[in-house]
Amino acid sequence: MADLTSDFIGIKSPNPFWLASAPPTDKEYNVRRAFEAGWGGVVWKTLGAEGLPVVNVNGPRYGAIYGADRRLLGLNNIELITDRDLYTNLEEIKRVKADYPDRAMIVSIMVPCEEEAWKAILPLVEDTGADGIELNFGCPHGMSERGMGAAVGQVPEYIEMVTRWCKQYYSKPVIVKLTPNITDIRKPAEAAKRGGADAVSLINTINSITSVNLDTMSPEPSIDGKGSHGGYCGPAVKPIAMSMVSEIARNAETHGLPISGIGGITTWRDAAEFMALGAGNVQVCTAAMTYGFKIVSEMISGLSQYLDEKGMSLDDLVGRAVPNVTDWQYLNLNYVTKARISQDDCIKCGRCYAACEDTSHQAISMSEDRVFEVIDAECVACNLCVNVCPVEGCITMEELAAGAMDERTGNVVSPDYANWTTHPNNPGAIKAAE
Amino acid sequence: MTNSPFTPGIAPARLPEEALARNFTDLHAPLDGHEALVAADRCYFCHDAPCITACPTDIDIPLFIRQIATGTPEAAAETIFDQNILGGMCARVCPTETLCEEACVREAAEGKPVEIGRLQRFATDTVMAKGVHPFERAPATGKTVAVVGAGPAGLACAHRLAMHGHSVTIFDARPKPGGLNEYGIASYKSVDNFAQAEVDWLLKIGGIEIKYGTALNGDVTMAALQADFDAVFLGMGLGGVNALRAEGETRDGVTDAVEFIADLRQADDLSTLPVGRNVVVIGGGMTAIDAAVQSKLLGAENVTVLYRRGRDAMPASAYEQDLAASKGVRFIFNAMPLEVLGNGAATALRCEYTKVEGRSVQGTGETFDIPADQVLKAIGQTLDGAPDGLKLDGGKIAVTGAGRTSLSGVWAGGDCASGGEDLTVTAVAEGRDAAEDIHMQISKA
Repeated sequence: MADLTSDFIGIKSPNPFWLASAPPTDKEYNVRRAFEAGWGGVVWKTLGAEGLPVVNVNGPRYGAIYGADRRLLGLNNIELITDRDLYTNLEEIKRVKADYPDRAMIVSIMVPCEEEAWKAILPLVEDTGADGIELNFGCPHGMSERGMGAAVGQVPEYIEMVTRWCKQYYSKPVIVKLTPNITDIRKPAEAAKRGGADAVSLINTINSITSVNLDTMSPEPSIDGKGSHGGYCGPAVKPIAMSMVSEIARNAETHGLPISGIGGITTWRDAAEFMALGAGNVQVCTAAMTYGFKIVSEMISGLSQYLDEKGMSLDDLVGRAVPNVTDWQYLNLNYVTKARISQDDCIKCGRCYAACEDTSHQAISMSEDRVFEVIDAECVACNLCVNVCPVEGCITMEELAAGAMDERTGNVVSPDYANWTTHPNNPGAIKAAE
Repeated sequence: MTNSPFTPGIAPARLPEEALARNFTDLHAPLDGHEALVAADRCYFCHDAPCITACPTDIDIPLFIRQIATGTPEAAAETIFDQNILGGMCARVCPTETLCEEACVREAAEGKPVEIGRLQRFATDTVMAKGVHPFERAPATGKTVAVVGAGPAGLACAHRLAMHGHSVTIFDARPKPGGLNEYGIASYKSVDNFAQAEVDWLLKIGGIEIKYGTALNGDVTMAALQADFDAVFLGMGLGGVNALRAEGETRDGVTDAVEFIADLRQADDLSTLPVGRNVVVIGGGMTAIDAAVQSKLLGAENVTVLYRRGRDAMPASAYEQDLAASKGVRFIFNAMPLEVLGNGAATALRCEYTKVEGRSVQGTGETFDIPADQVLKAIGQTLDGAPDGLKLDGGKIAVTGAGRTSLSGVWAGGDCASGGEDLTVTAVAEGRDAAEDIHMQISKA
C-alpha cells in the first residue's frame, strides 16, 4: 500500500484529499464526520468579518445538470459564505483541530478589501491553531456584488495587496483561491505569487445558469420566480479546471508555485490527473455532496493501488504530465494516425458513420449489411468516431509508421518531428539552419 | 376453496382467488416515469437503426425513444401511432425478442437490448390515458369500404381509411371487436380490458361503424359487399383449427387451445374456469405457450407441452419457452401424440418419439404415456370458409403487393392472407398498407 502522506507547503495530512471550503465544512459536526471518514484535511467554510451574520436565501440554493439515470454532472449554488457567528466558527475550528492534530485544518477567509479588516480577523484565526488560511477570491455570486470574492480575484493588483497583508499579519501558510471567471488564469496566480502566497488553489466555481424553467421562465434555482447566476462545479467543470491548473504549472512566472487542485474531482483517477498536471494535493466538494464522505475510501485505495502499480511515490506523480502540456504550435505535424474499427467489437450502431458522414470528412463507409470501414484516403484522424462510439476500444487511432504512405495526402510519413513553427504554410515560419 | 392442484380430473378454483389475481396481473409491469428515462437513455440513436428494419410496421424507434428521453412521450406516441395505430397492444404482445429487441445493437453488445416494447407501452399509455386521439380525419370523401374482421388487420385498415376520409363499415362475427387481441392473447399480456379500451380509443377517429355478430358467408355475402362498397378488405383471421389426427380425439377433455384461451379472456371470474390436474398442450407456437402457461397459472399440477420437433425448430421464441419453464411448464420435444387414452374422458396421452429428417417427421416406434385429463390442441389454425372465387396460396388468401387478392376491388391482410408471420404487428402493417393502396385506387375513380 503506497504511502499517501502528504506534505503540502509544510502542512501535513495523512492523504492528499482535502474537503474544499463549502457547505460540507461549515460546522464542527460535519468536519468531525469527514475526519472520521478519513479525509486528510478540510478547508473550513469561508469566515467573514465580525458583526451581523451573513444572510442566505430561504429558497433553493442549488441547481443541477444531470446525465443518464439522474447522475449529477454539474451543480451550481448561490449560497454565500458561512452564515454562522464568527466566534462560534473559531471555537469549533480550535476544538476540532485539537482533537485531530494529524489532519490539515485550513481556514477560508473573506473580508472586505481593507487592511484593517484583515488585520482584525487574522489573529483570531491564528489563535485557533489551524494550519493555514485560504483567501476566498473566487466566490462568483452575492459576495462579489459587495466587492469581495471574485470581485477581488478578478483584479490581480487586489490579490497581490491582500496576500501581502495576510503574509504580514499571519504567520502560517497562505493559500490564494482563484476564480476561473477571468480571461487568463496566469495573471491572478502571478499576482498571488508576487504578494507572497505559499500556494494557489483553483478553481473556484464558474458563473452559471443551470437551467430555465420553461413554464415559469425563471432561471433555476428559482427564488420567487427569479434566478441569479450561481457558481458551477462538479464533474462537468473538471476539464476547465485541469487546463487552468496546467497553465499555472507550466507558466515560467508561476512554475513551482504549489497548487491545490479543485474542480469536479470525483474519483481517485480525477485526483491523480490533477496531480499529474501539477497539483500538490486536491480539494473535493461536489462529489462529497453527491455521495457523502465515504467516497474518500475509494480515493485512498485507488490512488494507492495506482502508485503501487506504477512504482511511484506521491511526489513522483505531482507534475509528471506538465512537461507534456504544450502549445499547439509545437505539436508534431508528422504524427499521422488513422481510425481503425475492430469488426469483432463493432455492434453496428452506425454512430461513427453518421458522425463522419454528416459532420466530418466522409471517411467511413457503410455496407448493406452494416459493416463500417475507414476510408484512409479521407480520414484526417479527427477522433470523432472514437469519441461517439459507444463501445470502448472498438475504434482506435493507429499511428502510421515512418515510411508508410498517408493515402489522404499522398505523402510518405516522415520520421522527423516537425511543427507549425517550421511549416512552409506558416508565413512566420522560422527557417531552420539558414 | 374446495379444490387444489391435486384435485383429480378437470376442476375450477384450484388456487385461492388472491393467487389467481396475482398470477394474471401484468406480465411486465409498466415503466414509471423515471424507469422510462433510464431505459430510454440506453438507446444509442443508431444510424439507419436495425430495430426499425426489424419492426414489421417500421416504427422510427430511435426517434420515439429520444422523444421519451426528452420528456415528450406524447410526441413519442404520435411517432408510434403514425406507423402502427395498435402500438399500444403491440407494445404488450409483440415477440420483441425476435423483432426490434433482437436487432438492438445493445443485444449484440451486452445481451441486454433497450427495452423497446416497454418504452413503447410507456409512450402509448401516456397518450391513451389522456383519452386523446392524435389524428384528425380528412374531409369525408363519400367513398365506402367494407372491412371483414375487427381484428388487428381490419382495425388498422379501417383507421387508415377513415383518416383519409373514407367511410368504413367493419363486419365481425363475434360480439366484441379486437379479434385475437380480444380472444387470442394471454390474459397477463392484456390486463384491465386493454383490447376493448384500445378499440374505443381507435374509433375516436370517426367514420368507422362496426357491425357485430355478422359473419361473412352467413349474415353478409361477398357479392353484397362488392356491390355495396367501393372496396372490400378481408381480415377475418383463421377461424378453423387443425385436427389432431390421433385416436380418441373426441374424448372429453380434448379441446382447442384457442378456445381455452378465449374462454379465459372472457371470464369475469377466473375461479370459475375449469382446468385439468394434468394438462398436455400439443403444439409449439405462441398459442401453445399461452395455453400452457395459463393452465399452470390457473392451478394445474402438471402442464406439459408436447412438440414433435426439436427445441430449435419451435416457433415460440426462446424467451417464451423460458417464460413457460419459469412458471413450471415441462417441455417434451421430438414426440407426437398417438392416442388419447381414457374411458369417456381423457386420462392419458399415448405419445411416440420422433425423428426429424429434413421436413418429414417420423415416429421411432418408441412410445410412452403421460397422464392427461385435459388435452389442448395448439397445432395451427386454418382459414375457415374463404369466399368463392378467391385464389388461395398454401391454404390462405393469395395476395400480391399491398394485399391485393385475385378479385378486383378486394384486398386481404392479417393471418388469413398469405405471406408474413402471423403476428399482431404484421397484421397491422398489412392492414395499414392495404388501406393506403385502397385509398389510392378508390381516390382515382
